Amino acid sequence: MSLLCYHTRMSWPLLYAQLFAVNRHSTSLGKVWLSVLFIFRVMVLVVAAESVWGDEQSDFTCNTLQPGCENVCYDQFFPVSHIRLWCLQLVFVSTPTLLVAMHVAYRNHSDKKRLLQGSGRSGFLSNKSQEEELETLKTRRLPIAGALWWTYACSLVFRLLFEGGFMYALYVVYDGFQMPRLVQCDQWPCPNMVDCFISRPTEKTVFTVFMATASSICIVLNMAELAYLVAKAVTRGFRNSSLSRFEPTRGTQKKERGTEVRGGGEARCWLGDDIDFSCDFWSMDLKPIIQHFRKSSFPLFFNDSFIILLPAQNPVQLFEYLQ
Amino acid sequence: MNWATFYAVISGVNKHSTGIGRIWLSVLFIFRILVLVVAAESVWGDEKSGFTCNTQQPGCNSVCYDHFFPISHIRLWALQLILVSTPALLVAMHVAHRRHVDKRVYRLSGRTNPKELEQIKTQKMKITGALWWTYVISLLFRVVFEVIFMYVFYMIYPGYKMIRLVKCDSYPCPNTVDCFVSRPTEKTVFTVFMLAVSGVCILLNIAEVVFLVVKACSKHLHGVGESTMGAWIQHKLCSF
Repeated sequence: MSLLCYHTRMSWPLLYAQLFAVNRHSTSLGKVWLSVLFIFRVMVLVVAAESVWGDEQSDFTCNTLQPGCENVCYDQFFPVSHIRLWCLQLVFVSTPTLLVAMHVAYRNHSDKKRLLQGSGRSGFLSNKSQEEELETLKTRRLPIAGALWWTYACSLVFRLLFEGGFMYALYVVYDGFQMPRLVQCDQWPCPNMVDCFISRPTEKTVFTVFMATASSICIVLNMAELAYLVAKAVTRGFRNSSLSRFEPTRGTQKKERGTEVRGGGEARCWLGDDIDFSCDFWSMDLKPIIQHFRKSSFPLFFNDSFIILLPAQNPVQLFEYLQ
Repeated sequence: MNWATFYAVISGVNKHSTGIGRIWLSVLFIFRILVLVVAAESVWGDEKSGFTCNTQQPGCNSVCYDHFFPISHIRLWALQLILVSTPALLVAMHVAHRRHVDKRVYRLSGRTNPKELEQIKTQKMKITGALWWTYVISLLFRVVFEVIFMYVFYMIYPGYKMIRLVKCDSYPCPNTVDCFVSRPTEKTVFTVFMLAVSGVCILLNIAEVVFLVVKACSKHLHGVGESTMGAWIQHKLCSF
């Protein structure tokens, strides 16, 4: 067990690097959760708590000279040390985020494949713009919708389960969060009921309570994040039902990749997360129109597409619709 | 995650601090964290093994140690340093949020030059508007945490002095036994040192608050007559 913790301790920065990479696709609450996790739990564990429990076995003294009695009594009262439980908890709690990372990587991979196939077919785009496209693919932030929403929500549920499970395990194994000063033990080979004294019980209680509090804060953050995601999805689904009011009057034309539309025509954009728009033509003329759309009574929703009538001679390039 | 990684995380905030803020950060890292890791931890390293009571009763040592040292100085300082550094992350989060909004507005206004977008990422934020408030609140939190920890130290270890000898009669000690603390003078020296540096940090934080308030007031007084286009645009951008 100590070896496991030694190795996990060696790779805390590695884990931090991995999770930080996924951070870009998290919500703000997710980013706050990551900071709380690393600063108030991992850091406190490595810097402070490990030295408090450092001498837990060597300073566990029993009031007897009988060889083996101390070992046996220590083993009876401390089946798994707090430090190891916390190491495991932190490792398990961080892992669901890697699910999200895998999903994002899979999406990027399939988008990249589609990009390369599409350009091969039409032959319209030059190599330079293709490279730019690939770059944006790597650095873009995926909106949390569709399958990614489910992955993210599942990862949150798993995090909550692991946190709750480990806290419960700690509570059950140690009968609460307080460390007693004295335990009484009569396991063989102890000759009779002997008093055994635990080292630094008050300091250990302080740190146990601190880590339990930090864990509860993380649980609250995760629940809030889950509630936020559910609320966002519900409102999105609720508004989608009123999309029919939003059908454009002109006939819609689905444009293929790389087609030019000369001025006065129409172009299709789609609305990304919040106020982010994802059509790749922009002009100063377009901004007032979009402002008007945003302020209008028609709400614009994530991944909805709509028609923009171009006011002037603006050649534009249209790109594939994102799902 | 150790002090080195923590240093990397916290010093990222350095770019958006005032001059006094940077001095504070240097004092924090050099005179507190470095001294803690390099010197203080070895002074307190044998605090338990070197704590000896004048008895052979098993368990008396542990119990008396626990009675007089509920929480060790080193752990308290580690917690203090972590808590005192964290408000700076509030500022970092606010700056990241502002950058995000700026980038979106930039993209919306029709400019998609990746170089300019990169520039937004690296340019220094001015401490104005809502960021000013976040910064000042983070400074006040720092001061409050410092003071709270100094008070806790005073409560647990009255007078900040480490005594050479303590008398203890908790069970299972058979009677009132003399217990001897290891390296009391060295511990007192380091406690006083850390206390002094903590005081210096409090003064730096208060000076920074005063500086920011004075700067804001003077800007308000001087800039009342001017309403430049730049300021209007800034205001519009901030309203996103």
